[in-house]
This record gives sequence, C-alpha cells and structure tokens, in this order.
Amino acid sequence: MGKIASSGSKNAAGFMGWLNARLPVTQFYKDHLSEYYAPKNFNFWYFFGSLALLVLVNQILTGIWLTMHYKPDADKAFGMVEYIMRDVPWGWLIRYLHTTGASAFFVVIYFHMFRGLLYGSYKKPRELVWIIGMVLYLALMAEAFMGYVLPWGNMSYWGAKVITQLFGAVPFVGEALVEWVRGDYLISDATLNRFFALHVVALPLAIVALVVLHIAALHTVGSNNPEGIDIKQHKDENGKPLDGIPFHPYYTVKDIFGVGMFLLIFLFIVFVKPDMGGLFLEHDNYVPADPAVTPLHIKPVWYFTPFYAMLRAVPDMQMGALIMLLAIVVLFFLPWLDRSPVKSIRYRRWPFKLMLGLFTITFVVLGWLGMQAGSVTLTRIAQALTAFYFFYFIWLFFYSRNEKYHEVPERIEDH
Amino acid sequence: MTDNVNKSRRTLLLSTGAVGAIGAGFAAVPFLKSWLPSERAKAAGGPVKADVSKVEPGQMINILWRGQPVFVVNRTPKQLDVLESLNGKLKDPTSESSVQPAYVDNINRSIKENLLVVVGICTHLGCSPKYYPDLVPQTFDAEWKGGFFCPCHNSRFDISGRVFAGSPASRNLDIPPYTFLDENTIEIGNDGEQA
Repeated sequence: MGKIASSGSKNAAGFMGWLNARLPVTQFYKDHLSEYYAPKNFNFWYFFGSLALLVLVNQILTGIWLTMHYKPDADKAFGMVEYIMRDVPWGWLIRYLHTTGASAFFVVIYFHMFRGLLYGSYKKPRELVWIIGMVLYLALMAEAFMGYVLPWGNMSYWGAKVITQLFGAVPFVGEALVEWVRGDYLISDATLNRFFALHVVALPLAIVALVVLHIAALHTVGSNNPEGIDIKQHKDENGKPLDGIPFHPYYTVKDIFGVGMFLLIFLFIVFVKPDMGGLFLEHDNYVPADPAVTPLHIKPVWYFTPFYAMLRAVPDMQMGALIMLLAIVVLFFLPWLDRSPVKSIRYRRWPFKLMLGLFTITFVVLGWLGMQAGSVTLTRIAQALTAFYFFYFIWLFFYSRNEKYHEVPERIEDH
Repeated sequence: MTDNVNKSRRTLLLSTGAVGAIGAGFAAVPFLKSWLPSERAKAAGGPVKADVSKVEPGQMINILWRGQPVFVVNRTPKQLDVLESLNGKLKDPTSESSVQPAYVDNINRSIKENLLVVVGICTHLGCSPKYYPDLVPQTFDAEWKGGFFCPCHNSRFDISGRVFAGSPASRNLDIPPYTFLDENTIEIGNDGEQA
C-alpha cells in the first residue's frame, strides 16, 4: 500500500495525478502490464492464456446479446433460438459466435492446460495458479453443459436428463438430490429456468472472479517458461529479472499476432462450418425437446467425451460416476503427484516424455470413444485407457521421486 | 503476541462469529429449499388414481404419471403360468437389480398376483415398449409367451416386465410405487401412506 501513496505523490500533477491519488491506476498498469516481467522465451504454447481471455469476452458479449432475444420457457425456448437464427438481424452471427465460442473455449483451455503439463507450470510456487485454473475448468464445464440445455433441443433434454441423473449416484440421498437439481420429477420448465439463471448470471460471475484470482496468483509468483527456469534468481541492480521482458509491449504484440491467427480459424468455422459436422452443434438438437422420444445415440459435446467414455467404460453406474469424478479430482493434486524438481519437459528424460505422450494419446482416444455408440470391443478399449489414465498419475508419483534428469541451466540462453 | 490477547474479548469475538455462522446457515435454507419441486410441480407429479375394475383379463390400460406412461395389465392365469418357466431365458429373473418397491414380489412383480403395474419406458433408451399379450410366435421371437416388445432396439420383456437375455436393455422394467385404495382403485405414486 505504501507504493500507492508514493506513486501518487510523485505524479501529483495533472489529471493522472489526481486520479492516482484516489485510485492506483498507473500502479496497476505497471504491475500487470508495463512492468510485469515475463520470461523472454515464451513460445507458441503461451498464446492460449490470452486467447482464453479473448474467448471469455466473446462469450460474455454475444451471451448478453442472445439473452435479449431468448426466453427460458420450455414452450418457447426452441422457437426463440429459431427466431434468433431466422428473424433477428444478425442473430445467426451472434449465436454462431457463441456456440462456436463454447467449443473454441475448450480447445484453447485444453492447449493451455497441456502447456502446463509440458513445462511443469503447476509446480511450486504455482500450485495455486493451477488449482484456481482447475476450479475454472470445472466452472467452465458446468457453464457449457447448462448453456447446451438452453436451446431445448432433444439432445439438450436428454443430455440434461443423463447428466442430472448422475447425482443419483450419490449414496442415500441420490434420488432426492436429482429432484432437487431438476426442481421437478422430470426435466422440465423448472430445470430450464434455473439452468438459465446459472448459465447467465451465477456461473459467469464466478468465472470472471476466478479469472481475476488466477491472474492475480500468477502475477504474484511470476510466469513459468518453456525452460522451466526461475527468472527471479538473476536480477539487475534495479531488481528487474535479467531474462525477463515487460509484458507490454513485448507480449501484447505477440499475443495480438496470436489473436489474428486464432480469429482466422475461429471465424472460418463460424462462417463456413458452425456445426462442425455435428461436433459443435449436434444434429439431434435441431429437433425440439421431446420427453417421449429418446435420441438413438445420446452423447455429450466433444469436450466432455473423454470423461463420458470413462463413465460408460465402468459397468456399474455408481462406480462409473465416481471414476469420472476422480479423473478430474486427480488433476487437482498434480502439483504434489509430480515430485521431480525439474519443471520443463526439455530437461526430463525419455520415460517422462514417453508417458506424457501416451497419456495425451489416451485422453484424445477416450474423447473419440466417448462419441461412438457403445460396442463390446470399444468398451474394452475404453476400460484399458481409463486404467492407463489413472496409472499415469500413480507412475508419475513414484517415478518422479528419484527421477534422473538433464542439468537445468542457471539462465535462459539467448534466443 | 498472545500476551496482549484480551480473553473476554476473544471469547466474545468467537461466540459472535459462531452465532453469525449459525445465522448464515439458517439464511441459506430458503435459497437451497427453493430448488425443491414447487407446489405446482408436486401437484402435477402427485399420485394418480386409476379404476382397475374395468380392465378385462388380458387387457392393458395406459395411465400417465409424472409425464411417463404406466401400464396396468390384468394378467390371465395362462399368462401367469409361464412366468416360472421363463426364468432361464432372463437376465435378472428374480429382479435383484431392478427398480421396484419392496412390497412387490420378485417374479410376479405385483401386489395382487394378476394386476401388473409397470412403467412403460424401456430401460435401454427410454422408448415405450408395445404390449404383445398373446402366447403365439412372433417375428421377433418364435417362442413368445406374452409380454412387451420395444420396437426401437428389439428389447423383449415378459409379462412381468422382466428383460430377456439378448436384449439391449439391461434392467427389468421399473415398477412404480402404488397402492390399493380399495378393491377397484389403485393410486400410482403412493407408497401406501394414506395422505
């Protein structure tokens, strides 16, 4: 707090002086942009943090506009989405930006999380950055699921039915919990209304707050980098890290390039293939919700399918729900499961590279399996891969304890 | 630091905090409870009465309860006699893993032997099975002994709603809670408590 007062008194003149004496605007700008020193060697993988922020802004903006034309009423919701698509000026674009944005959000977040796995960004001192990020991921999943229910298509309806039924797996109070979540004995208008409230008000508030915490925690400990070297160990006489560069202008410019590339792909999808062949918008959701007619093949949108494959792989519904939950919970503990002192994959040896590679393939293949109609062979594969998913973390826990690694340099070499 | 703690003030602080926490707990109740089914939903999902005196032997009536069809079948002795003999062909002949109230038995799956009350939703993917009462060969089963057949994915159930092996459905048809209000009237959705 002393900083604020001093910066206020130094620039006491003019409008900024007046402002800074009352609100530390300049100090905030310095702390987080012009004097936030990020490692000088950020690469491709470091685009996705700022891209996630961009997609969040897109979702909020297009989301607000969509609510202007939508009614969360079981009798009207499906028609309102058709109305937005056909009658509202530019409504089709706003909706496609929102629906494509949902999938883009998960693409970006999965890359962002994978970056963390590659370079050990979850390790000390960034455990909390990782954990807040994981909470964000959960909030985002809830947000996406509830958003998917709002168009009240038949896949919305049955997806909601299957997912809310998962609460029935809770021992003793399961069935009561399902009724509590649905607000009725079946998925109905009451369910649609509360999902709307959560999707439009509660979860976006929580997500924005969590993003603030995520960045605040990151800027407290500083950014990791592809080398996994702590740049705060070597500072110049002014206390600036020798291997750091100010976020603005260096990385704002880099990120703007990333934004350009991203928008090129994103908008191509929005204009040319917004349903992505049934991957982003499922065909069954172009039919109004019908409690009496089940879609032939109930499947969630692609970003949930790795976990859905795990759920289906377990023959027992309760165990399946538990496994699915554990698959996410285990990620929270990653900072303590990986006990190697080395952060970046660049200085770890082949066993880690091999296992992380297999883990990544496992996750992707599970995602594919989660989209397929069940068959005996596919279920066997899903079971094996689910086992490997968990085995990876157990292996990592024991392997990383006495892991042999390449020596990590003191400084980041010139690029 | 501990030297400067004023004990009575600390106690006051802690007890104020505790009371505040209890208050917050109470304040949360209305918010949590407002998620429960509303009175209107409860009324719409409440128990449904049905007169079963007019259901002829072998006949089925269809009653809507909580948005789902409930089949009520007055089974003939002929239909009932085959039940035991089918056990070998079923996935779960004694209904161990099926959804049904404790007061129905495991083979007839009913309170009164002849009167079957069953949710008419296939446990596979929620289609509504069709009633094939006659003990005659069918295209889908040459040894058909009466029961339900789901046209969506060929799940077959016997006249007690027990699923045949080889069907995609893995669970017997669900039995809803129901009770006899008198000889001729059943109430579906009522476990026997006289409300």
